[in-house]
Amino acid sequence: MVHFKVNGVERSFDGDPEMPLLWYLRDILGLTGTKFGCGMALCGACTVHEKGSAIRSCTKQMSTMAGADITTIEAISGQGPTAVQKVWIETSVPQCGYCQPGQIMQAVSLLHSKPSPTDDDIDAAMSGNICRCGTYQRIRAAIKEAAKVTA
Amino acid sequence: MITIENVSRRGFLQGVFSAGAFVLCARIIPQPLWADATSAGSPIDLAALHPNIFVGIHADGTGFIDSHRAEMGNGVRTSLPRILADELDADWNRVKVIQADGDERYGSQDTDGSHSVRDYFDSLREAGATARLMLVRAAAQQWGVPESQCVADPIHTVSDRNSNRKLEYGELASLAAKLPVPKKEELQLKSPDSWRYIGKPSTGFDAADICTGKPLFGMDVRVDNMLYAAIAHPPVLGGKVKSCDDKAALQVIGVKKTIAIDPFKPPHAFQPLGGVAVIADNTFAAFKGRKKLKIEWENANNSSYTSSEYKKELLATAHKPAKVVRNIGDVDAEFGKGGNIIEASYFAPHLAHASMEPPVAVADVRADKVTVWAPTQNPVGVQEEVAKALGIKKEDVTCHMTFLGGGFGRKSKPDYAVEAAVLSKKTGRPVKVVWSREDDIKFDYYHSVAGMYIKASVDEKGKPKAWLQRSAFPPIGSSFTANTVYGDDGEMAMGWSALPFEVPNFRAENGEAQAHIRIGWLRSVANIYHAFAVQSFANELAHAANRDSLDYLLELIGSPRTVDVGKTDDDEETVKKYPYDIGRLRHVTELAAEKAGWGKKQSGKGYGMGIAVHRSFYTYVATVVEVEVDDKGTISIPQVHTALDAGIVVNPEMVRQQFEGAAVFGTSIARTGEITATKGVVDQSNFNDYQIARMNDAPRKTDIHIVESSAPPAGVGEPGVPPFAPALCNAIFAATGKRVRELPLTRNGFA
Ligand code: FES
Ligand code: FES
Repeated sequence: MVHFKVNGVERSFDGDPEMPLLWYLRDILGLTGTKFGCGMALCGACTVHEKGSAIRSCTKQMSTMAGADITTIEAISGQGPTAVQKVWIETSVPQCGYCQPGQIMQAVSLLHSKPSPTDDDIDAAMSGNICRCGTYQRIRAAIKEAAKVTA
Repeated sequence: MITIENVSRRGFLQGVFSAGAFVLCARIIPQPLWADATSAGSPIDLAALHPNIFVGIHADGTGFIDSHRAEMGNGVRTSLPRILADELDADWNRVKVIQADGDERYGSQDTDGSHSVRDYFDSLREAGATARLMLVRAAAQQWGVPESQCVADPIHTVSDRNSNRKLEYGELASLAAKLPVPKKEELQLKSPDSWRYIGKPSTGFDAADICTGKPLFGMDVRVDNMLYAAIAHPPVLGGKVKSCDDKAALQVIGVKKTIAIDPFKPPHAFQPLGGVAVIADNTFAAFKGRKKLKIEWENANNSSYTSSEYKKELLATAHKPAKVVRNIGDVDAEFGKGGNIIEASYFAPHLAHASMEPPVAVADVRADKVTVWAPTQNPVGVQEEVAKALGIKKEDVTCHMTFLGGGFGRKSKPDYAVEAAVLSKKTGRPVKVVWSREDDIKFDYYHSVAGMYIKASVDEKGKPKAWLQRSAFPPIGSSFTANTVYGDDGEMAMGWSALPFEVPNFRAENGEAQAHIRIGWLRSVANIYHAFAVQSFANELAHAANRDSLDYLLELIGSPRTVDVGKTDDDEETVKKYPYDIGRLRHVTELAAEKAGWGKKQSGKGYGMGIAVHRSFYTYVATVVEVEVDDKGTISIPQVHTALDAGIVVNPEMVRQQFEGAAVFGTSIARTGEITATKGVVDQSNFNDYQIARMNDAPRKTDIHIVESSAPPAGVGEPGVPPFAPALCNAIFAATGKRVRELPLTRNGFA
């Protein structure tokens, strides 16, 4: 039995220790905002925060969850959309939208660690997040705008 | 909670649908995932005023508008309702968009071929104008004044021109509902200068829900008592299970059982591939259990398919006389004159769709009714295929369309929804079939591989007098009729059977090619390889003539005129409505070049600018790509300019998004897009070996220039894709002198 927190709520798990956090969130807790894209840490669709930094939930096994403190897209928007989400909407970033929760989680984490990221910082932080619809240019613009708003 | 209700209690709009037979059918009321339908019906059915299937106005003034096509990033849930809202003079802030279910009464819901706006522009305007006229008439009746004295202004309100009396739509809805639904001839459509929404940018209706992670997608569907399934498909198309040892799989925590799925009967069409399903109580257990299956496969003929060999065959076919699909003048006579001959071969590989959301569907098969939730481009196709597989009537299948996490053509094929239905029937519980990324890449309906050959005879100025082009590709028809080896009129019309250049002698041919993996349409379809060959070859001719490639291209395009497109798969009326207007083609070419500052910066030494132009889905698109190539062959794309003429544009913001996205999609095709097969088994499996352009690969900046036009609306989802790869390859040639005749770039020493 491992104990951890998801979106501020204490949780425990004693199922298959190999189960990735992604499927625990989606299938067990019903938090479907975190998406499945590849299952191999290649696309970023499953990005959540552990203690504020972005991690790929598809390769984080439940056996390693003891003491973890996880935040998902549902909770960063818990008290109304964050500045990043607002800018994302105003910039019309989403197309199909499937990758966007992951993109937003990654961007929020980037802005935590680098409040005024350069283009290179943005490339470095965001290139692990694939968007098949090709929204990258708007993601970049939205991150820069969010940096201004939150500065 | 499905109830049946007579939706047509107030009759249907005449003219929106061709078949009057719709008038008294029942509608299955959905419980859409994200809409607020109650067991009594959808908000549109329950509205006080409900003149047709698309719109309902409640007494509180809320306007509910159906979006009947698939939302997959194409923006239809915004653009389609805004067309109707415009004619209704409705306040967009008081509109709620309702996702329609699969229902033939909407007309085609198959969301492919960039049809949504161009096919429904007129109908949705009529649907909105109908409701508006009824509201105006209701006000006139209420006030006892002539109809002509009443006007739908200000927004969401009817006013009396001769007094300051006003009534809001909500106040009028019940009264309006008592009036007969007007005939099409009575409707007066707004003039374009009074459009409120058409042509004005709007952010997506669902942007906020998307950005807050709401459950919108097929992957997010959860229903009570649901089981999860992962399926081991035969690695070779047509393969069968010889034996299966599931002992280890059944040991996995959460795995319930395994179920064999029958192989398809050829042609495979939309049938499941067959194989063995692992049923579990969560997705991970199903995936893990599947890995532990020990299956021996009996492989079919297709195990002879090795794509590197096949490539040689295709190129050889492209060099041999083949079926003529278009002939103008006499190319042979011209070639016989012994002028200067230029020829080249081109090759473009299979591609996979790789939408971010892999195929997924939930089905609940009950004794008398089947419900399917699916991210589908083709909900009626889901009804039909599920019905066929279960041996029931298609009316007994309800298909709720969820959002699609990308579609690109893959999700028009409902095989995955049929799998869910078959498994739900066998388990007696709702089943969610989840495809992994590996399933998606290995078992796609692949974009066709193509070999092409072009030969021209040019005069002393380098201008072609004869042009022969031949392509060979396993056609989409092979998925539906076994042993189909020639492209159909639609595939050939995609950039092949008509040449937009001023060349007196022209012949287009199509060589035969047998399919060995499932072939299907992918965003812009045959235009991808055809535009690659034609636009690359035009660039080769410019170089051979020692001319600036833009000047040469414009000369090749020639003077404004209409080109006879030859055979197409569109009806005559459509072809007439959208003549191939070389003036518009020329204009986008000039516009893209001008915006890009063509010729201002010297190409060469690792920097280059390239251009390509193509018309598809009746939209004219020119793209200029700037590229930088370092000594190691690493390319970067600092800037793209795309100019397009799509006729009337409903939502310019979303059109920009589509074309920005097309540049990234085109980057993936050009740089790394390649599916290969060895002995019938697809070699790629996930984003490590089937690479999609990431932020650091994608064009840094793409500027979109939309030509203002009053021509009928054309497609926007796909036409941005075809010119991108040739424009990029032409830019690479300008930068390095290296000609790319085979995609992707990774095959040419670039990365
Ligand atoms: S699903 Fe986790 S990175 Fe792709
Ligand atoms: S918006 Fe569709 S995958 Fe990113």
